[in-house]
Amino acid sequence: VKDSMRGLAVFISDIRNCKSKEAEEKRINKELANIRSKFKGDKALDGYQKKKYVCKLLFIFLLGNDIDFGHMEAVNLLNSNKYTEKQIGYLFISVLISENNELMRLVQQNLKNDLASRNPVHVNLALECIANIGSKEMAEMFAPEIPKLLVMGDAGDTVKQSAALCLLKLFRTAPEMVPIGDWTSRVIHLLNDQHMGVVTAAVSLIEALVKRNPDDFKGCVSLSISRLARIVTSSYTDLQDYTYYFVPAPWLSVKLLRLLQNYPPPEDTTVRNRLAECLETILNKAVEPPKSKKVQHSNAKNAVLFEAISLIIHMDSDPSLLVRACSQLGQFLSNRETNLRYLALESMCLLATSEFSHDAVKRHQETVVTALKSERDVSVRQRAVDLLYAMCDRSNAEEIVGEMLTYLETADYSIRGELVLKIAILAEKYASDYTWYVDTILNLIRLAGDFVSEEVWYRVIQIVINREDVQAYAAKTVFEALEAPACHENMVKVGGYILGEFGNLIAGDARSSPSTQFQLLHGKFHLCSPPTRALLLSAYIKLVNLFPEIREDIIAVLESDANLRNSNVEIQQRASEYLSLARNSTQDVLATVLEEMPPFPERESSILAQLRKKKPAVEDAIRARGEKQQQRPASGAADGAAASAAPTAATPTSGGGGGVKLQGDIAGAESNTDSDLLGLDFGGSAPAAAAGGGGAGGGSVDLLSSILDVGVSSSSSSSAAPSAASGASAQRKTVVVGAGASGSIVGEENWHKFVCKNSGVLYENDILQVGVKCDYQQSSGRIVVYYGNKTPAPLAQFASVINLPDSSLTNQLGIQVKPVGDRVGASEQVNEVITVDCMAEFSACPLLNIRFVYSGVAQSITLKLPLTINKFMQSSEMDSATFFQHWKQLSQPEQECQKIFQAKFPMDAETTKTKILGFGFSLLSNIDSNPANFVGAGIVQTKSGNIGSLFRLEPNQQAQMYRLTVHSIKPGVSKRLCELLETQI
Amino acid sequence: MIKAILIFNNHGKPRLTKFYMHYAEDEQQQVIRETFQLVSKRDDNVCNFLEGGTLIGGQDYRLIYRHYATLYFVFCVDSSESELGILDLIQVFVETLDKCFENVCELDLIFHMDRVHFILNELVMGGMVLETNMNEIVARFEEQQKLQKSESGFSAMPNRAVSTVRDMNLSQKLRDIKIPDMPSFSSLYQ
Repeated sequence: VKDSMRGLAVFISDIRNCKSKEAEEKRINKELANIRSKFKGDKALDGYQKKKYVCKLLFIFLLGNDIDFGHMEAVNLLNSNKYTEKQIGYLFISVLISENNELMRLVQQNLKNDLASRNPVHVNLALECIANIGSKEMAEMFAPEIPKLLVMGDAGDTVKQSAALCLLKLFRTAPEMVPIGDWTSRVIHLLNDQHMGVVTAAVSLIEALVKRNPDDFKGCVSLSISRLARIVTSSYTDLQDYTYYFVPAPWLSVKLLRLLQNYPPPEDTTVRNRLAECLETILNKAVEPPKSKKVQHSNAKNAVLFEAISLIIHMDSDPSLLVRACSQLGQFLSNRETNLRYLALESMCLLATSEFSHDAVKRHQETVVTALKSERDVSVRQRAVDLLYAMCDRSNAEEIVGEMLTYLETADYSIRGELVLKIAILAEKYASDYTWYVDTILNLIRLAGDFVSEEVWYRVIQIVINREDVQAYAAKTVFEALEAPACHENMVKVGGYILGEFGNLIAGDARSSPSTQFQLLHGKFHLCSPPTRALLLSAYIKLVNLFPEIREDIIAVLESDANLRNSNVEIQQRASEYLSLARNSTQDVLATVLEEMPPFPERESSILAQLRKKKPAVEDAIRARGEKQQQRPASGAADGAAASAAPTAATPTSGGGGGVKLQGDIAGAESNTDSDLLGLDFGGSAPAAAAGGGGAGGGSVDLLSSILDVGVSSSSSSSAAPSAASGASAQRKTVVVGAGASGSIVGEENWHKFVCKNSGVLYENDILQVGVKCDYQQSSGRIVVYYGNKTPAPLAQFASVINLPDSSLTNQLGIQVKPVGDRVGASEQVNEVITVDCMAEFSACPLLNIRFVYSGVAQSITLKLPLTINKFMQSSEMDSATFFQHWKQLSQPEQECQKIFQAKFPMDAETTKTKILGFGFSLLSNIDSNPANFVGAGIVQTKSGNIGSLFRLEPNQQAQMYRLTVHSIKPGVSKRLCELLETQI
Repeated sequence: MIKAILIFNNHGKPRLTKFYMHYAEDEQQQVIRETFQLVSKRDDNVCNFLEGGTLIGGQDYRLIYRHYATLYFVFCVDSSESELGILDLIQVFVETLDKCFENVCELDLIFHMDRVHFILNELVMGGMVLETNMNEIVARFEEQQKLQKSESGFSAMPNRAVSTVRDMNLSQKLRDIKIPDMPSFSSLYQ
């Protein structure tokens, strides 16, 4: 191409010839300096030159360098009437200006002008730019406008096409900004548009809108089916331009088929038959000889086919179509094209979840296993694992799990974790024989111990505890596994737990005598991490109960310095408590305290929950199938452990039945809420809970006192009882919404002082002093609250809660509190750290409620937290022209707020300046013609965008009054800034 | 939706990048590096889809890519897109480039960034497929070229005439650039 830009070409070849990174940097800096001077220079640049420089900047940016100038020049190019200049300006902006750049407002103004232009080329450039930036602000500004372009009768095809996608982008960013109106019904009719490009864009838009309110768009079902029918049955000569390698309009077909997946099968029989015909035709075409040997032809054809199959699976109503789909996919499984094998495996996963086609899918098991073994591409093998998981049921579980275990030995590290979870779930779900289950899990730990998460080994223990028939076998197997010279720490954990509970069941065999069991476990002790050692100590004390004959050996271990004086508190505490228990208790007490674990309440497998987190869609589909099968009595798929697919609400007390549990160790196995509740009983004070918790939960108070009698350290176990009783209060919340403020708000005057400064005393009375120190950076802040006890007595039950009086604050502020302890000692000071993220502008003020008990009297103090919107404002400097330009731009009635008020403090200019600067605004001189006036600017920074604000303050010394005017992009912000500043001057 | 479009060469040098979601500049560079790592170590005949890297959104996103001669074309998409459809879209993109540049090669992408961006903008807008009809895109491209020519007709042409005369060995210079292997993407029409 001959008219290329010479300077650009030379620059690029220079860069390419650079021998070193340094040389390249040098050349780039030279060029940047050159461009900078060109932009700054007096000579006006023509469009060609500007374009050249912008291209150079883009190239430099592409090389990974920051571009910190040229933005203004780019924005100026937008003003040009010349297409070339406008276009290059837009290019620069869409690549280089991020959504919170301060120039964005100017860009928006230009966009507005171009959208209103009569020239469709300009309109398109603007639409493109809006879509490419696609920010919330863009949505706010333009979402209401664009629908008009879309349904306007005389808008050109390209404008309609761009408008549809632009609106779609804005809808994805901020759906609430896209208005619902009569245009929505008219947009459906774009499905009938002459121009295929318009239809394609419209389908994309409709597919998104449909998800918001499907009923409003129901009409699109029959329209898309008839459109689809026209495409599918056409010969490729009909739609010449939109035919791609002999396939008529593949993208449009795919999109239409996707759209239909948002609705159930059509009720109207004519429409439904028409759709069935379409789908059959697509399936038929798949087996016809190809019209071209090129891969593009088969790609496009298959893209449509796969989407049709997805729709068939989605409707899940036509058995013959489902089975045909399955056999088609089966053929793809052995296709030469890796892509097709990949997609076939993926689609089959969904087919396996349909009751009609589940069996058809199972017929391909062998092929899938082969794929698992022989595919060279890990992403394909991953899909094969997914499919085996999906097609697994009671009949083939042992085989599939076996294949998966074999594969696990050589599987890529990246997928081992997930594979382990899947094996664990299948083994549990389809176990008819629990010895097989135990074997499988122990194998898992052996083969891939590092990838076996806590949940997996917790689960095997829960199941062994709950199933009496498998306990002896589990003990035997785990004993044998521990005999291996090297075994994984997870195996030691399982071994410790199970032998501690059921070691007696295998003690009859001389090979696994009590002392052999203990020696075997203890042989691993020194290689394990502290948590595992702590668990083993619990196992040992349980062995003391099971086998009194080895008591002395165990006491020796417990009282060794390595345990009794271990630097790890947990180990130390367990050792000392268990030692007392072992030394001092009668056999009766031991037997009661160290009784066998009661069964765990049945609940959903936590492993399943974890996998679902990883792969939401597939898991849910598979689960849905499970439920469907269970509803049909004939299929008889209901089974013990897996039948609890619906989560059983577990009460905290049911977990604390009686006897000593190692539950503290496996509390984490429960789902989140459970673990909090269990944590109350056992978590923080595991050994004490192990010793005393059974008593507290089960209510055998005698036992508890007998433990106390024998002198077990009891500080934590005695506190376990009250905390279990007042369970809810212990889970103290640090931030609450809308709870009525208890007592009136005090200390308002002091609060006002914090508007312009960041540290000082917020409140003080005879008992307590509350000091605050904050610092803010951009949209985040850190507030440290100092509570000082002024009395010679401690403040008990000390607690502070942040109260958001207005629920909208929950979306506007992200508040996190690092709470203080529940006691402030005499004359002591404690501090609390509150971190705040400003998500969006806000005007309400969070409250800080402090409660404590002082000399027996409960006290409650509610203060306003010194957190105001101006804290997130950063002062901004600008010249007079820019200031007035912004001022004018932000002069919509709702963007402006003006107040005339009496001065509250002496009207001293220097003091006022200090306050304004402390408030966050800049002070700009030489802007206002009256030097007595103050003007300035600031940018409020929130996570959802920057809010530019300007102010002007006019003092009237004679009347002792001020007139304050604030302009801001956001209406609420100008009002709030005005209110706040008013109180300060 | 398409989250990002990345074109880089066999050595990981980016030749065109376009992000449809906001990433800071340094994050963009990290995404490019990570994607290159993921894609470049794959054999040529394995499948064209893989799960996205951690920076681009992990398992919820797919990387769909094609490797032509010296360049990788990578589209990062979410689950609402058809894999084969995107694969074809890449093909349409490359074929369109080929038509507009007459045997496109890596150098065309470097030297005519503005045009490549124009073509891409006609194909994909804000992360959504805008136009798939190659003829239409080529027609729009030619129209645009014409418009540019007519606008620059009087102001820029003389300049360029002078510079051409002054630097007659320009083409020579270009050829001097040392690039080991820069075939056109003739493998398109396999």
